Amino acid sequence: MPLAVEFSQVEFGYLPGQPVLRDVELGIEAGEFVAIAGPNGGGKTTLLRLALGLERPTRGEVRLFGEPADSFRDRAGLGYLAQRTHLGVQAPATVREVVAAGRCARKPFGRFTRGDDDAVERAIERVGLGELRNRPLTRLSGGQQQRAFIAKALAAEPRLLALDEPTTGVDVESQEALAELLARLHSELGVTILYVSHEFGAIENVVERLVLVRERIVFDGSPSALPELWHDPSHAHA
Amino acid sequence: MLDLEFMRLAFAAGAIVGVVAPVVGFFLVQRQMSLIGDGIGHVAFAGVAAGYLIGISPVWTALAAAIIGAVGIEWLRAHKQAAGDQALALVFYTGIAGGVVLISAAGALNANLFSYLFGSILTVTRRDLLTIALLGFASLVVVAVLLRALLAVSIDEEGARVAGLPVPILNAVVSMLAALTIGISMRIVGILLIAALMVLPVIAAQRIAWSLRSTMGLSILVGLASVLAGLTVSYYGDLPPGGTIVLAATGFFLASSATEFVRARV
Repeated sequence: MPLAVEFSQVEFGYLPGQPVLRDVELGIEAGEFVAIAGPNGGGKTTLLRLALGLERPTRGEVRLFGEPADSFRDRAGLGYLAQRTHLGVQAPATVREVVAAGRCARKPFGRFTRGDDDAVERAIERVGLGELRNRPLTRLSGGQQQRAFIAKALAAEPRLLALDEPTTGVDVESQEALAELLARLHSELGVTILYVSHEFGAIENVVERLVLVRERIVFDGSPSALPELWHDPSHAHA
Repeated sequence: MLDLEFMRLAFAAGAIVGVVAPVVGFFLVQRQMSLIGDGIGHVAFAGVAAGYLIGISPVWTALAAAIIGAVGIEWLRAHKQAAGDQALALVFYTGIAGGVVLISAAGALNANLFSYLFGSILTVTRRDLLTIALLGFASLVVVAVLLRALLAVSIDEEGARVAGLPVPILNAVVSMLAALTIGISMRIVGILLIAALMVLPVIAAQRIAWSLRSTMGLSILVGLASVLAGLTVSYYGDLPPGGTIVLAATGFFLASSATEFVRARV
């Protein structure tokens, strides 16, 4: 069975001669829950974008479930929560409308089938927003909005869930609730989760594996094996 | 008023425009591209001028110019040759400058030109109505078929890209629909004011709506009511319909803002 994500000798830079990432060698098994951490500007978001095929490596190769990431075919199987996700629309979109937009990856045109509607409802229930399904997102707390976007990513029943800085601007309680939610989704659905964050916070207690990035991968292993000093991501390169 | 053939034609064409403009404008407003209609409208002005100069119907040259303008704006945005507002400014000013030069060269600075700029209730022919109905219906069918994908891109463009939706094509479709809407609306509302009919009903509706679906429904109602009220005032006041229609839409915007204000305090 192919790896969910595979980086082979990857180098990448937005400008010639200024690599953001180099010598990246990384393999993530299907079903793993991995946190990718590191200081701001260390290349962790770039690593996620390469993994999703949003960027092409300058050198080396990135594969998603055995296929080149930038030409990966089953893109509906990728759930993605972008950095500082906010509602693109100005009109009052309800939780259900936002989550249904995620199902669009499986059914972009025409009317939803009963199966599509059920998938949307299941995603809403999984994140605990069932009673708020008809409420506009703008009338929810930051934590609830974040859960709605996770439900959106789940609505297409993805194989890989990628979250980029999902706790930015969210209070500590919501961060802990999010970590618990992701741990539950991981055990219930067996989905591969890539969680990018500049801080470990509550997520450290629920991930199986931690990858620290600062231009290169400087640590890859269990969070418990990480030296105490390195728990501060700014020392990740020390 | 409806005993008169030209008023029946104007109302029929206006009703179609009143529905289509807010439906297309909904996606422009959500993408924070409210002014794109203005940019395309000004290119359409150059198209009208070109029509006068080369001696063919300005309606078709304006439609062709609007489509070229829409494609140009989207290309500049998509290829990051210019930020969204800069792309718009470039097309906007080039369009109006080209229009002024061409219209002067054609010696067509006359009242007929004003009917294209600000609309006229006298100029809609049966043939125009048929064209407006066909293109308007086609626009609505395109939106209905692509509705979910267009909403997904509006809600989260990056997420839609990751999920494999053809985002550049969908964005280009919205711009093309805006160009078509301008083409079919210029006889009634006029090139310089049609963008307002795409935007004002939507921003009026979303102040009091409770979902995306209700926003679109209310936008259509406001658009339709604005056109019908504006045409009526235009007829009795002998005023250009573009102005009266847009002022009616502004009235609906003020009314919905007042409703929102009161609701927030009750």
